[in-house]
This record gives sequence, structure tokens and C-alpha cells, in this order.
Amino acid sequence: MDVTNYVILSSILFSIGAVGVLVRRNAIVMFMSIELMLNAANLAFVAFARANGNFDGQVVAFFVMVVAAAEVVIGLAIIMAIFRTRKTASIDEASLLRA
Amino acid sequence: MFNLIALESIHSVVSSEVATGVFAKMWLLIALPLMGAIVLLLGGNRTNSFGPLLAVGLPIASFSFAVYLWIELLALSTQSRSQNLVLFEWINIGSFQVPFGLQLDPLSISFVLLITGVGSLIHIYSLGYMDHDLGKRRFFGYLNLFVAAMLLLVLADNYLLLYVGWEGVGLASYLLIGYYQHKPSAAAAAKKAFVVNRVGDVGLSLAIMLMFLAFHTVTFAGISDKAEQGSATALFLIGLFLLIGAAGKSAQVPLQSWLLDAMEGPTPVSALIHAATMVTAGVYLIVRSNSIYDLSIAAQNAVIVVGVVTLLAGAVIGIAKDDIKKALAASTMSQIGYMVLAAGLGPIGYVYAIMHLLTHGFFKAGMFLGAGSVMHAMNDEVDMRKYGALRKVMLLTFSTFFVGYLAILGIPPFAGFYSKDLIIEAAFDRSLIAGFATLLGAGVTAFYMSRLVLMTFFSNKRWEDDAHPHESPLTMTVPMVILAIGSVGSGFLLTFNDSLKKWLAPVTGYQTPEPPIAVPILIAMTLITVAAGVAIAVMLYWRQVASTAPNDVSIFTKAARKDLYGDAINEAVFMRGGQKVVSATKVFDNSVVEGFVQFISRLTLGISNLVRSSQTGYTRNYALAMLLGVALMLLLAAIVRL
Repeated sequence: MDVTNYVILSSILFSIGAVGVLVRRNAIVMFMSIELMLNAANLAFVAFARANGNFDGQVVAFFVMVVAAAEVVIGLAIIMAIFRTRKTASIDEASLLRA
Repeated sequence: MFNLIALESIHSVVSSEVATGVFAKMWLLIALPLMGAIVLLLGGNRTNSFGPLLAVGLPIASFSFAVYLWIELLALSTQSRSQNLVLFEWINIGSFQVPFGLQLDPLSISFVLLITGVGSLIHIYSLGYMDHDLGKRRFFGYLNLFVAAMLLLVLADNYLLLYVGWEGVGLASYLLIGYYQHKPSAAAAAKKAFVVNRVGDVGLSLAIMLMFLAFHTVTFAGISDKAEQGSATALFLIGLFLLIGAAGKSAQVPLQSWLLDAMEGPTPVSALIHAATMVTAGVYLIVRSNSIYDLSIAAQNAVIVVGVVTLLAGAVIGIAKDDIKKALAASTMSQIGYMVLAAGLGPIGYVYAIMHLLTHGFFKAGMFLGAGSVMHAMNDEVDMRKYGALRKVMLLTFSTFFVGYLAILGIPPFAGFYSKDLIIEAAFDRSLIAGFATLLGAGVTAFYMSRLVLMTFFSNKRWEDDAHPHESPLTMTVPMVILAIGSVGSGFLLTFNDSLKKWLAPVTGYQTPEPPIAVPILIAMTLITVAAGVAIAVMLYWRQVASTAPNDVSIFTKAARKDLYGDAINEAVFMRGGQKVVSATKVFDNSVVEGFVQFISRLTLGISNLVRSSQTGYTRNYALAMLLGVALMLLLAAIVRL
């Protein structure tokens, strides 16, 4: 098994995620892109764990999943709050913190 | 026991000894009146009932102890009459060591006796004079504070401790001039005295710093030992700065302007502080610093010039004053001019300066108390043009005042004859100009004092309608009588058998003056000048005096009425000059200092605005920044790794 293919796939997924965060304005879609980046990282971790023959990377992958789940809870709550006050999920509308 | 020939050496022969026995208690002299000041000033209204009596008792106790110490001192041999008592180590920083030390020697005991003696009499007098005053507890508290500070000044064995007393008497003088604090004129006079005295104090503090720089000590004994090692420049500068200090305290030109305004204070204060004791502190300072002045003719000359100018200026101002206290104050200025002049003559003059200081303490304090008695009788009127013919209703006041008058004129055998004539002889020994100035001063003194006496006690009645003059109570007249006795006898006693010369010479040194004109001729010249002054005054003021001051007077009279434009000069040069400096610094502050600060703040603001624009509030901008940041860090890590 060649770890290179996994890493390439992981990089492609990560890049798609990153571009998604940067170019999309819908908060839900940005959220999905972040999840994509996290899972790209998870894929790399698991691939390297397999290649190295130990469980370190797999353990980290579980941690990332747990953190991602917690993040989803808070993130979706924030998006809900924004949607309720502004009737839109566009992230550009929530730009009150500009100087 | 003592041979006058041996005194012809210039320098002191006394070495200080550690005080033992009764001399170890000399701190009591200061502590007694200081205790009175503390009790009266901190005790508040609780002490109203007994406070004034306590305040009168303590200086008397101090005086009794001083007499006892004096007798003990007389019993010692000449060489051991300088008793030194170190109470504790005061300042100890590296090589700068100052003990809290007291020194009782013939010079300081002379002052202690004058201060406590005349001080006690004036305390007693104040009981009568301030009887109706509601705040007399405060008055007596200040008076005791003054006596304590003045005693510290003359008992200190080093210049720094002297400076403490010097500032203490300045404070007491300020508080007492402004005693009638509800009067704006009194408050202003107090402030003026305070400010002018600070100018002098700067001089004294510079002198002390220079002494430490040149000799590494500030004790009298140390300076006296090391003075000969000092460079001519250092000695001259120290002498000059000491003179500035002395001029401030003793109201000498150019720092004379405060004394006439200081008459705003109660009359006993004028008698004690502004005639008999505090204003003579400058003379004490110069005589005490004899080891400096003996070695610097230039500094001596500066002292002589100040003395001559002041004795003439004071006399001229005295002619034109209608306010009895201001006329006496101008006279004080002039008489202290005599003392300063004598002190500037070196060993031939020190003893005479102190002698005149002591006799002046008697007759001028007596005359001030007399003036206070007259004011007391005339509803606090001070304008002599509202007096006249008072000798008939106030015989005792008139008699004592007249004795003081004869004493200041120098009529034999009254006190002033001895002391002033000796100063004139000594002045002629040094220079003819100084000699004739003192002679002229004596004539002018005779004129203005005769004018004062004639306008007050002789000539026509010019009383206000509600004036009912009466003789003052015994508490006031008894001190006046005692001072009058002193004005008669002190001159003779101090010169009899050369007593004061023998007494002081171990400390100050002594040389017999040899005036170029024979002494009997000089005495005759002085008496003729004085008689001429009296005669002119009698011609002008014997019968009729106008009840208002005439307006069509010569420019000289106008100048004298305005204190020879002393205030005008101060205002033009220092006040307006000071204001110009202040406004210039204000402009500098506003443009340069303020400008720099403003520039810094604007710069910070500009940079902040620049940085602020990066905060857009758009989430994706922050996300991009994070991405680029992480990429940059990874790139750097990769570069460093490789």
C-alpha cells in the first residue's frame, strides 16, 4: 500500500475545503467546508498511522472527531442565532466587528 | 586675668570644650520656649485660660537659666569659655557629617541674654497690649516659637543647624506679621517678607554648600580651622553669599523692602522681631563667620558697601514717613546698616557691631514699645500727623521714649553714644568715605528722630475727635521703664573697663581702630552733626505741624515717601521680568513641549488608523489571513529544517 495516494487525496480534499471557506458566503456551506478540511486531516492521520504501524494517528483522528462534534454544536447554535436576528445565513451580513 | 595687648591678634584663641555639668543642660534654653509653643499651638482653645501666662513664664525661666549659665561661664578661664554640647548625630552620609550640636561661647551667650531678656520684657508687655485680643493664645504661641527658633539660631555650632533656626525665625516672623490675618495688607506684608527672605535664604544655603565643597565641614570650629586653606575666590564667594543671606534677614539693601511692610504685625512683634533680635541675625551671621571675612578683603568691602548704602537709605526713608512704626522701622534699617558696616570692618569692628546691636536692642525695643503705648492710647492710630502734645497725658511713655531717643542720637552718656561713636571711629580707620557716611547718617538720624518725637509728643494737638489718650497699664509701662534703664546704662557698662571687648575678643578677635582724625575731634564732629540735625527738626516741627501730609513737596521727599523706589525697582526688574520669563516659558511650553507631545500622539493615531483598516469584520478575510499565516509558518519551518 502506497501512502502517497492517501496523502494526495487528503491534500485535494483539504484544498477544496479551504477554497470553500474562502469563497462561499453561506454560513452552512462554509461549515461543511470546514468539516471537509477536518476530515482531510483525519484521512492523513489514519493513513500515516497505517503506514507507521501504530495507533497514534488513529487516536488523534478520534480526538479530531470529538472536537469537530463539539464544534458543530456551538457553530450551528451561533448560525441559528445569526439567522434568527438577520433572516439570512450570509456570513457577510455579520460583519459588525469591523473597525 | 586678661591683657588687652594679647588681644591684638586677629584670630580666635578659644578652642571648644565638651560641655559638662550645668552646661550640658544648655538645651533647656531652647526647650523651654519650644515647649510653650507646642502646648499653646497644639493645645487649642483648652489652653486659652492659662496659655498666655505660661508663654510669659517660659522665656523668663529661659532668661534666668541663661543668666546662671553666664555667671558660670564668667567663672571659667578665657580659653575654656566655648562649651560644645553634641545632643545627637544628626546627618551622617559618607563624608557629610553634621552633629546636632550646641555651642555656648561669649558671643552666643550675649545673644541669648538679649533674646531672652528683651524677649521676656516684651512678653510681659504683650499681656497688656494684647489684652483685648481674642486670639492672643495663638499670638503667644508664635512668640514662644520665635524665641525658641532664635535661640537655636544663636546656639547652633554649625551652619546647617543655624539654618534650621534661621528658617524657624523666618516662619515665626511670617506668622506674626500676618497675625491680623483678616487684613489683606497684613497678609500681603507677611507674604512679601516671606518671599524676600527666601531670596536671602538661597544665598545662605549656597554659602553653606560652598563651605562644604571647599572645607568638607560646616561646623564653626571646622571652618575656623580650615579657612586659611581656602582659595581667595572660594572665600570671597562664601562671604558674598553669606552677605546675601544676612541682607535678607537684616533688611539690608537690596533686600530691604520687606521690613517697612512688616510693621503690619502687632507692635510687640515689631519691637522684638523687627527691631531687637531677628533682624540682627544677619549681623550675628557675619560676626560668627569672622574667620571667612578676616581672610577676604573683597568680601569685607562688599559688606561695607551694603552697610553704608543701607544706613543712608534707611535714614532718608525715615525722614519722610508719617507712620510712627514705619519711621522706626526705617530707623532700624539704618541702625542695622551701622552694625553691618562695623561687621564688615573686620577685627576692628566686630565687637562694636555686637555692642551697637545690644544697645540698639534696648533703645529701639523701648521706643517700639513706646510707640505701641501711644497707639494703644490713640485707638491704634499710627499717623503721627494725628498725634501731637502727648507728653502731657502720657508722661511715663514720653520719658521712656525720650531716653531711647537720646540713646539713638548718641548723646553722652546714653547707650548709643558709646556704641555708635566707636563704629564711626572704626569706619574712619578703614576709609574716609565710610567714615563721613556714618557721620552724615548720624546727622540725618538726629533729624528724623527729632521729627518723630516732636510730631508725637510736642507741637500742636491734632487728635481725632474720638481720641482720649491715657497712660498704659503697668504690664506695658514696666517693661518700657526697664528698657529705658538699659538704654541709659548699657553703653557705659559694655565699655567700662573694656568689658565687652575682653568678653568677645577670644571669639571674634579685636584690633584697636586708629582713625586718621583724633578721637576727641571725631566725637565733637559727631555731636555737632547731631546737634545740627536736631536744630533743623526743632525749627520745622516745634510749633505747628499740618494734620495732613503736604502734596507740593520736592522730588527727594517723594522718593523717600516711596521708600526710595525700592518696591518700584523690584516690581520693574523682578516682578515684570519674572512675568516676562513666565510668559516666555509658557509659549515655549505650548509650542515646543506641547508640540512634541501632540506629535507623538498624532503619530500613534495615524499608525493605529492604518492598522485599523485591516480589521474588516468579514470572516473570510480572517480565514485567509489564518491560511496564509499557517502556510508561511510551514514554509519557514521547512526552510529552517532544510
